[in-house]
Amino acid sequence: MSIANEQPFRTPVYFDNSSTTRCDPRVLEEMLPYFSESYGNAHSRSHAYGWGAEKAVDLARERVAALVGSKPSEIIFTSGGTESCNLAIFGAARMYAEKGKHIVTTAVEHRSCMDPCRALEREGFEVTYLPVDQKGLVTPEAIAAAIREDTILVSVIFGNNEVGTLMPAKEIGAVCKDKGVIFHLDACLGLDTEPVHVDDYGIDLLSMSGHKMYGPQGTGALYVRRRRPRVRLRALSLGGGQERGFRHGTLNVPGIVGMGKAAELCLESRDAEKVRLTALATRMKDAFFAAMDHIYLNGHPTQRLPGLLNISFNYVEGESLMMGMSTVAVSSGSACTSATLEPSHVMRALGVGEELVHTSIRFSLGRFTTEEEVDFAVKECLDAAGRLREMSPLYEMVKEGVDLSTIEWKHD
Amino acid sequence: MRVDEGEPKMAYSDKLIEHFNNPRNLGSMDKESEQVGTGIVGAPECGDVMKLQIKVEGDKIVDAKFKTFGCGSAIASSSLATEWVKGRTLDEAYAIKNTEIVEELALPPVKIHCSVLAEEAIKSAIEDFQSKKNAAAQG
Repeated sequence: MSIANEQPFRTPVYFDNSSTTRCDPRVLEEMLPYFSESYGNAHSRSHAYGWGAEKAVDLARERVAALVGSKPSEIIFTSGGTESCNLAIFGAARMYAEKGKHIVTTAVEHRSCMDPCRALEREGFEVTYLPVDQKGLVTPEAIAAAIREDTILVSVIFGNNEVGTLMPAKEIGAVCKDKGVIFHLDACLGLDTEPVHVDDYGIDLLSMSGHKMYGPQGTGALYVRRRRPRVRLRALSLGGGQERGFRHGTLNVPGIVGMGKAAELCLESRDAEKVRLTALATRMKDAFFAAMDHIYLNGHPTQRLPGLLNISFNYVEGESLMMGMSTVAVSSGSACTSATLEPSHVMRALGVGEELVHTSIRFSLGRFTTEEEVDFAVKECLDAAGRLREMSPLYEMVKEGVDLSTIEWKHD
Repeated sequence: MRVDEGEPKMAYSDKLIEHFNNPRNLGSMDKESEQVGTGIVGAPECGDVMKLQIKVEGDKIVDAKFKTFGCGSAIASSSLATEWVKGRTLDEAYAIKNTEIVEELALPPVKIHCSVLAEEAIKSAIEDFQSKKNAAAQG
């Protein structure tokens, strides 16, 4: 009998909550009727099926608005974080192109923001990609200095999906308000633990993802400021005029209901979850650092998403480490895990050495992570890393006192 | 498929995973020995470094060892390489092609470079042995 069967949890244990979170059972329960008996189109104004669906969507809109301190009418439902970010960036840039064609962003954005910026460059926009420091931060001063006469949009990621660094969103928002530039915050990660308030933070556009906050996949929202200033967007598609004309198409009522419930649960548990996840992640990090040498925490040591740990286990390649601990579900920054073999642009922007990028593992904890799971994952990871270090010619050389940076490597 | 059913794992063949879990000929030999040839190929910043060593008697490889920093297919490729060179002559070992490794381990296309590295490691170890032998003959 395998040891796994004696565990009080199921394996592989899930440490990939920054990829997606488990849909909370309370969320699922609230969604189910909208797949069966309450199947109306929220846009049908002539009968009770439609009214019921519309009422459910209204409640969800109120709940999402409450999470970020906005008015319900400022929430646009989308298919997810990617669509929200695309709509915010393309939509604002194309709407205000006559005012100016300059955008300020950072070098550590998610691809759903970075790639729209790259595409806009091909449409004649100019984009400034601000560098970050070794902890992954961009300063509000750097944002201020990059803003020009013709800058129409600042777009910044909030909680970094790879290294967990939390950007100083509030301070950046103040700079944007001061300069009169639209501020888009990509908050696909962080709303479950950080008290983001659109007015306090000076946010004009805020992207959210349902499945990263214990809601269903395929759901997202974009906050679009309606007053001071009223922000307008050019829609990405054309159609029936739903969502104030910003996002056409029949609403995904069950998904929206789920996203609403997920937002409500996040708001209820936000402060307590921050404390709990901080304690759990600290326990995990401390256990690693106590047991193993030559390991590094990537990103910011304190200003970070509480549940995300990106750790480089030097001299052990990330993909092999993941193979070696198949009872733990994690992600790696190693290029070998990606189809393109391209190492992460985020880690590179932080100045993390290539050899440490290849050895990085991202553990992301969540609402359902327990202390027992943390202890199990630490043990599995340490066992695998220890085994692989015995296989590693680099570790052997370091043990012999060889300085690896002095070696001339034979490669193409 | 439910995740707790656990299979299939990644795009790797059973043979590859078996080599990864039970690497053959793991370890090191004395690189100063005149009988030993050492090949170190790859680079840490590329995510792959293979060290392959052969022990030669006459023109026959009587033992081989490896250590590899790299992904699962790099480890499996080098493990397989040590298994294949043992008992072969230097010329036979030098003739091993990366495509044979690709076939044996059913490497996915993005991992073919691991087999190239293993072939280079074999050649590099043989060349190291021969240059040592030539130096000794001249000295």
